[in-house]
Amino acid sequence: MNYTFLDNAATTPMDKEVIEEINDKMINVFGNASSTNFYGRQAKGVLETSRHTIAQSIGAKDTEIVFTSGGTESDNTAIISTALSRSEQGKHIITTAVEHEAVMKSMAYLENLGFDVTYLKPNEEGSITSEQVQSSLTDETILVSVMYGNNETGAINPISEIGELLKDSQALFHVDAVQAYGNYDLDVNDLHVDFLSTSAHKINGPKFIGFLYIRDGIVIPSYLKGGDQETKRRAGTENVPAIAGFAKAVELISGVDKQKLQEKYFGYKKIIFDILRQNDIKFEVNGSTKIESLNQILNIYLPGIERGILLTRLDIDGYGISGGSACTAGSLEPSHVISAMFGEESPRLNESIRISFGKYNNEEEIKNFSEALVKIVKDLDNIN
Amino acid sequence: MDNSKKRVVVGMSGGVDSSVTAYLLKQQGYDVIGVFMKNWDDSDDESGVCTATEDYEDVAKVANKIGIPYYSVNFQKEYWDRVFEYFLDEYRKGRTPNPDVMCNKEVKFKAFLDYANQLNADYIAMGHYAQTYRDEEGVVHLLRGGDSNKDQTYFLSTVQQEQLQKALFPIGGMQKSEVRQIAEEAGLATAKKKDSTGVCFIGERNFRKFLGEFLPAQGGQMMTPDGEIKGNHMGLMYYTIGQRSGLGIGGDGKSNEPWFVVGKDMDKNILYVDQGFDNPLLYADQLEASDLSFITGLDYGEEFHCTAKFRYRQQDTGVTVHMKEDGKVVVDFDEPVRAITPGQEVVFYNGDECLGGATIDNAYMKSEKLQYI
Repeated sequence: MNYTFLDNAATTPMDKEVIEEINDKMINVFGNASSTNFYGRQAKGVLETSRHTIAQSIGAKDTEIVFTSGGTESDNTAIISTALSRSEQGKHIITTAVEHEAVMKSMAYLENLGFDVTYLKPNEEGSITSEQVQSSLTDETILVSVMYGNNETGAINPISEIGELLKDSQALFHVDAVQAYGNYDLDVNDLHVDFLSTSAHKINGPKFIGFLYIRDGIVIPSYLKGGDQETKRRAGTENVPAIAGFAKAVELISGVDKQKLQEKYFGYKKIIFDILRQNDIKFEVNGSTKIESLNQILNIYLPGIERGILLTRLDIDGYGISGGSACTAGSLEPSHVISAMFGEESPRLNESIRISFGKYNNEEEIKNFSEALVKIVKDLDNIN
Repeated sequence: MDNSKKRVVVGMSGGVDSSVTAYLLKQQGYDVIGVFMKNWDDSDDESGVCTATEDYEDVAKVANKIGIPYYSVNFQKEYWDRVFEYFLDEYRKGRTPNPDVMCNKEVKFKAFLDYANQLNADYIAMGHYAQTYRDEEGVVHLLRGGDSNKDQTYFLSTVQQEQLQKALFPIGGMQKSEVRQIAEEAGLATAKKKDSTGVCFIGERNFRKFLGEFLPAQGGQMMTPDGEIKGNHMGLMYYTIGQRSGLGIGGDGKSNEPWFVVGKDMDKNILYVDQGFDNPLLYADQLEASDLSFITGLDYGEEFHCTAKFRYRQQDTGVTVHMKEDGKVVVDFDEPVRAITPGQEVVFYNGDECLGGATIDNAYMKSEKLQYI
């Protein structure tokens, strides 16, 4: 059966060039980058060339890039290691109520250790303002962590404004850019960020690899305890082939006009809206309908349509999308993001789905998807 | 026959029976979809892990092996509202409910069937040991499972005709050992998995402790039918007619025979106990039941003779059923039966056919009501 993948915010298929690059390095460069022998030097060479490519992509210095296992580890490291090493300057942290679990659970962990965390409430479009950050900022604040764009709704936050605001404060600024990286042009100096988390598999790269940008001059201990890799900032032997694949993926997205990419995805959203409207399907967008958004992500509320059954029906018809995170027994959990935006009693929690586009999708697929969605929604309305 | 256009949604529990059910239907060419039902919120706040996880993982393994898609559906609310509330209510009344009967009626053949309909299913299946046969008029009859030790028609006695029309029972004619052998030969991960026992939501936990969390237990006096006080009981809901264990008193009676629960008085909060497995107070020759339902919807007349079971896995007894108004029945037994328990189902059979059932309200001996609730 034909299967259409519209869950690119969860992960993306690897680019062929990336696969070739990884294969090549697995075959030809197997050394341990910390070894001083020929094989190690060869691996170290690939590691540092990759680091340079990646650093360039966000306007960073090579030394500011630390490879990690991905977004989760980058977030955990930035937040927990910062908090633990700066607790003498204060115990207050500011974040938002709609961060990814990797941030939310790091915060919960720190709260258990006695840190005081302020969770900024988003507006109905899912964003926060720099004024909210400002009014929560105290002399005790040591860290502010705000995501660039939300993984469930695509809502974006005013990162450079917040960065500007925090420039003269003691608080360090962490940005989870896992969904934004590769889809928006990011420059760590324009944004005034101290930490930035990314993940390779969201940009057609391999899984289990990512980086954490750490601004020069900031010293935090390795979250993992072990060897001195990554200049003591991340213990564990580097996965050089995966890092080379990551660099290849970055190289491929660096040549893409992000403005045009966003316009293309915005167009996909409009196709879906138009087809739903033409067929009198009631819906509302959870998030912003303006172009200032991560347009590859579309979260829609379909009143009266239970998300579990809709996802299953779409899956049976060959469309892979998302309805939120599942518990370990496979059933869907209520979204803390939709809950923060609309309240925990909102029917939107159980009647919303997320569609997310990637570089391999085309208009034809979006049209077919929209028509399949219309057909299923009408069918479910008839059955119920 | 080409079954490929027929969609079957299989309720997969992660056990061997539903695994083999899905496997056989796939072999028969059906468009099979596996669905795991999550009926009970057993997530552990400490670790955040639901203990249904292991079962779901088994569903995933089996479905991948067979080559069918699988999904999970959450019926916690339906289970709570329609099965668990009823379960507690019955205990509150001093009765001994059968949640598995209710689960089939309200969840597996209602909520799950509704869900399957939303997936455009032609049929549902689960892995019950029961068989069906369609007569010339298209009426589906429910027959005992091929493995008399596993026959589950007792739990299916309240299923309605339109529900049964949509149900398939591919392992219904098999022995459990055959089912396990098929699983083994097919390389299904659940081939050697232990059968689940007891009520699903209680699992391995202590039953009294579990019930006590939901219903306040009110202790009271334990006495013989003659009024001789034998100590205290922990709350009438914890005791079932005819049960031996848990009485906490030894052989200080008229004989060395063990003690049994022979009656309850809910109004006075008294538990009656007496000696002997075959104590006369434990025998009834008639019962009253309500909420009668017949599987075929056919008319059996005002009065008819058939056989009946009064609890799961019991031998059949010959009975005469007298139909009364409002779904009530009076059932006369050919010979006295021990420990008729209010709250349990009385299920009627004609040979191998399961006709239907009703919920037991009262037991009588020689027209005298037994003090069971």
